Amino acid sequence: MGKGDLGKSYSDGEVITRQGDVGNCMYVIQQGKVQVLVERDGVETPLRVANEGEFLGEMAIFDHEERSATLRSLGEARLLTIDKKNFLKRIHKDPSLAVGLVRTMSKRVRDLSDEVARLKGNVERE
Amino acid sequence: MKGFTRSGGKREDLQLVDGSKVAVIGGGPAGSFVSYFLLEMAERSGLELDVEIFEPRDFSCVAPKGCNMCGGIISETLVQNLAAEGINLPSTIVQRGIESYMLHMDVGSVRIETPVQEKRIGSVYRGAGPRDLKNSKWGSFDNHIEKLTVAKGARVTRERVVDVSLNGGRPKIAIKGGQPEPYDLLVVAVGVNSAVLKLFTENGQGYRRPQTTKTFITEYYLGEETIEKTLGDSMHVFLLNIPRLEFAAIIPKGDYASVCLLGESIDKELVKAFLDSPQVKACMPDDWSSDPRSCQCSPKISLGAANRPFADRLVFVGDCGVTRLYKDGIGAAYRTAKACATTAVFEGISEAAFRRHYWPVCRSISIDNSIGKLSFAVTRQIQKWQFARRALLRMTEKEQEDAGRRRDMSQVLWDMFTGSAPYQDIVTLAMHPRFLARLTWEMAVSALPFSRAEN
Repeated sequence: MGKGDLGKSYSDGEVITRQGDVGNCMYVIQQGKVQVLVERDGVETPLRVANEGEFLGEMAIFDHEERSATLRSLGEARLLTIDKKNFLKRIHKDPSLAVGLVRTMSKRVRDLSDEVARLKGNVERE
Repeated sequence: MKGFTRSGGKREDLQLVDGSKVAVIGGGPAGSFVSYFLLEMAERSGLELDVEIFEPRDFSCVAPKGCNMCGGIISETLVQNLAAEGINLPSTIVQRGIESYMLHMDVGSVRIETPVQEKRIGSVYRGAGPRDLKNSKWGSFDNHIEKLTVAKGARVTRERVVDVSLNGGRPKIAIKGGQPEPYDLLVVAVGVNSAVLKLFTENGQGYRRPQTTKTFITEYYLGEETIEKTLGDSMHVFLLNIPRLEFAAIIPKGDYASVCLLGESIDKELVKAFLDSPQVKACMPDDWSSDPRSCQCSPKISLGAANRPFADRLVFVGDCGVTRLYKDGIGAAYRTAKACATTAVFEGISEAAFRRHYWPVCRSISIDNSIGKLSFAVTRQIQKWQFARRALLRMTEKEQEDAGRRRDMSQVLWDMFTGSAPYQDIVTLAMHPRFLARLTWEMAVSALPFSRAEN
């Protein structure tokens, strides 16, 4: 990690946060890539790869649920955490601060809708 | 006068519309942030604005030409806010990530670790660096933010504004050798050291610049390796019983160390007393001498809020409007700039709109500064009483040594030194009965004769 690097570095394959953990922060990727995956019955299913600048774990800011996915560093990655409590306080004072998150979540809903449509199409064709 | 404003314009005219021209005087963080967020908010609401920044300085130059005279700390809160805005600070701009604070007193030193074991505070240079800089691996913070703003669509005119006319209608500004040009909105985003402010204090509009005090900043070239061995990734803060010295810090940068002094009537004697103190010498290299210095300046910093920092089509942001007392000036520039941009795009550019939507943000900073003054008054007492300094040291040491212990004093000191939290939050934590009980106990123990002897 360079002297001017902000955040925390993770080595290749290191778990940043695990599915089922209680989340009290979200992450912003400063450098590198992160694998998002879900674990079910001991089997890991990769969902997608998140890139530099992306928000991750943002659902924890707004709900009290457990983490829905595991985040694992893909190669060396550096992430900055944003604390839930302080961030919510700041959003309360400046709601426009949440626009970036809303945009991210809206894009994810759109991507998920496309994915559901694609899977439905596959099922119907079979 | 229903439907009209004090300057005689119709209220419906006092809105930004497609093609509206905005002039921003000053291209430091306040000017760049206000331009960035004006364009961002305009984009969100489908509006096209023409934003022009007037900044004679080129921040990619070394001091004094490209410098903005500041300690250069980006607070934890600002780093997180900017990340949430999509503005990440690269390691080509951040000279060093700060992971702890070292508090130095005559009774001893203690390290206060970041609560999250992560580097979330950055030390930067506002310009390219000190006067004697040869080659730098790092860029200027102000230049970086300016570039982001230009990428958003703002224009930068490298000229000094020499005349401003506010006589009814649209504000007009003139640069040297140019004709006055009208704008729909004029944003003043200069520092309290800027001569431009005279154009507003002398025109009868009612603006009065904030009260100021003199600070002292000097730079020492130590080299990256030496900094690593001596100061490390810690900001070093000093609570010393030196008359008139309010606060002092040594901030490690890439190859340099910045020494910042705040206090009353800072003069050569005070600077010498601080630099010659054993606490300063202990954290600098063995062969270090307080002379020669790479660079030094004595800029004024704002101590409060300006009087009437807005009018129809005119608004002051950042230091010339209001800033945080002693700390996180860049964070205050971000907050006021964003509040100003949001107001201008969504609520209008009348005096009433600024009073209703922009002024509350300035006022909350101003009220917090009053609480901050109280906090610094308490700090001054601690500086004077040795037993209080011992109590503070004991309490912090115990918290830092025991991972399971509540870290109330560490949190209070962390927030006080980093500027990460409002002064109100710091005082609220410090007034908690649990905190007061522990502090009283430590003070009582520290005042006992055997405790003094131990020291």
